[in-house]
Amino acid sequence: MSSEMAYVIETLVKALVIIALFSALAGFATYVERKILAFMQRRLGPMMVGPYGVLQLVADMIKLFTKEDVVPKNVVKPIFLIAPLIAAISAMTALAAVPLFPEFTLFGHTVRPILADVGVGVLFVMGVASVSMYAPLLAGMSSSNKWGLLASARAVVQLLSFEVVSGFALLAPIMIIGSLSLIDINNYQIGGVAEWIIWKQPLAFVLFVIAIFAETNRTPFDLLEHETEITAGYGTEYSGMRWGMFFIGEYANMFTASFLVSLIFLGGFNPMWFIPGALAIILKVCFLIFFFMWVRAAWPHIRPDQLMWLCWKVLMPLALLNILITGIVLL
Amino acid sequence: MYEAIAFYFFSALTLGMFSVTVLSKNALYSMSALAGGMIFISGFFFLLDAEFLGVVQIIVYSGAVMALYAFGMMFFDTTQEVREKTECKKTLYTLSLFSAVLIVLIVAAPIMGANIEATYPMSAELGNVQTIGLVLFTKYLVPFELAAVMLLVAMISGIILVSKRLDHSITLHDEDPKEEAL
Repeated sequence: MSSEMAYVIETLVKALVIIALFSALAGFATYVERKILAFMQRRLGPMMVGPYGVLQLVADMIKLFTKEDVVPKNVVKPIFLIAPLIAAISAMTALAAVPLFPEFTLFGHTVRPILADVGVGVLFVMGVASVSMYAPLLAGMSSSNKWGLLASARAVVQLLSFEVVSGFALLAPIMIIGSLSLIDINNYQIGGVAEWIIWKQPLAFVLFVIAIFAETNRTPFDLLEHETEITAGYGTEYSGMRWGMFFIGEYANMFTASFLVSLIFLGGFNPMWFIPGALAIILKVCFLIFFFMWVRAAWPHIRPDQLMWLCWKVLMPLALLNILITGIVLL
Repeated sequence: MYEAIAFYFFSALTLGMFSVTVLSKNALYSMSALAGGMIFISGFFFLLDAEFLGVVQIIVYSGAVMALYAFGMMFFDTTQEVREKTECKKTLYTLSLFSAVLIVLIVAAPIMGANIEATYPMSAELGNVQTIGLVLFTKYLVPFELAAVMLLVAMISGIILVSKRLDHSITLHDEDPKEEAL
């Protein structure tokens, strides 16, 4: 077997593993989210199906797969059908450039757990993940529903605004490291907890975490499906697995964002004290996912005008100031 | 071989998407096909090992087309077909003529471009991003800085224009005449 053939097979296997793993994780994360919310808000959460409600996951899957796939009469049909796919596809594509674990050896063959090692990893992940905002936009515009249209208008506003903040926030650490490759960024932080970039760039870390909440459409900033204002937003007309596809995309985006934060700011997959690298990054990602849910349980929704105020009058000047100070210090 | 397959795949997709953009009567189809085509173009950059340009293509154009969607949302009912009035046939014919000349130029360009030499050739030890940075901060430093300052000015003025109404809450009014009447 030639080495080219081996490369093709290895790439295909990695792609399949990413798709299968993160679709399954999306389902599992919904269960975890409901459980954590229940603990924090003194409710029960899923309890009936299986021990401790674990089989609720399976029940939800069966429900989503067997529900009737309704396509309303006046929608723009092709776009309406494509929109949920965009959410899932772009979230999975963004994961292609993320180094998930350190290198390891399997049957004498060194496996690099990254699908495509592009030299500009950070930009690639940010750019492709931002494409996933087309999904609510197209869903809202094609479903000929006024709530949907409002949701897509909000999607435009939210994405275009917070794209600026997250880009500026990432610029400062990149200026220090001098490389756009996620592997280089990870290798810069070799040498324990003291070398993490969060200690050098605390402001950039806070700004970036706030921005990814908006970009992954998570609760304090989920204006797109704000139930009390716009019913269910872009998802109003969707049913069954098409609706589920949006959530596979959303949860996959959450995982991508968590990997990005832990790689850039929290030391990546370098060993931490006695913990090996692969376990360290899994722990960091788990904590960040828990943090996403913690914030959802603790904070109320905000209004669109508050979101814009926060973005343009607080976060943007702070991000610019951070870049300026980093530049002066580096000089 | 894989490069050839990928090249023809992306060419077919891009050409198909852009023809949908031009020929479709529905504004939503056109804009979505435009967004798709712009993203598929980045595939060519990746094939030519210009990853930076490819990623920038995705980031810049996905945002730009997003702004186009906002205009489409304001001006059209996107679920209906747009009826164009083509009363002035002369403009149409002139534009078609122009496009025909443009196509001839595009086809002729590789023949003329065969004897172009790069003033800043790629060096093997420097990566993509470094090479771009080198050219940008030596030869094109002044235009680059000018563009950056202009963008910053535009951004700040945009924020100031909008921020007059940002302090004013849409939902909370201190004195609402209707509520007082009730």
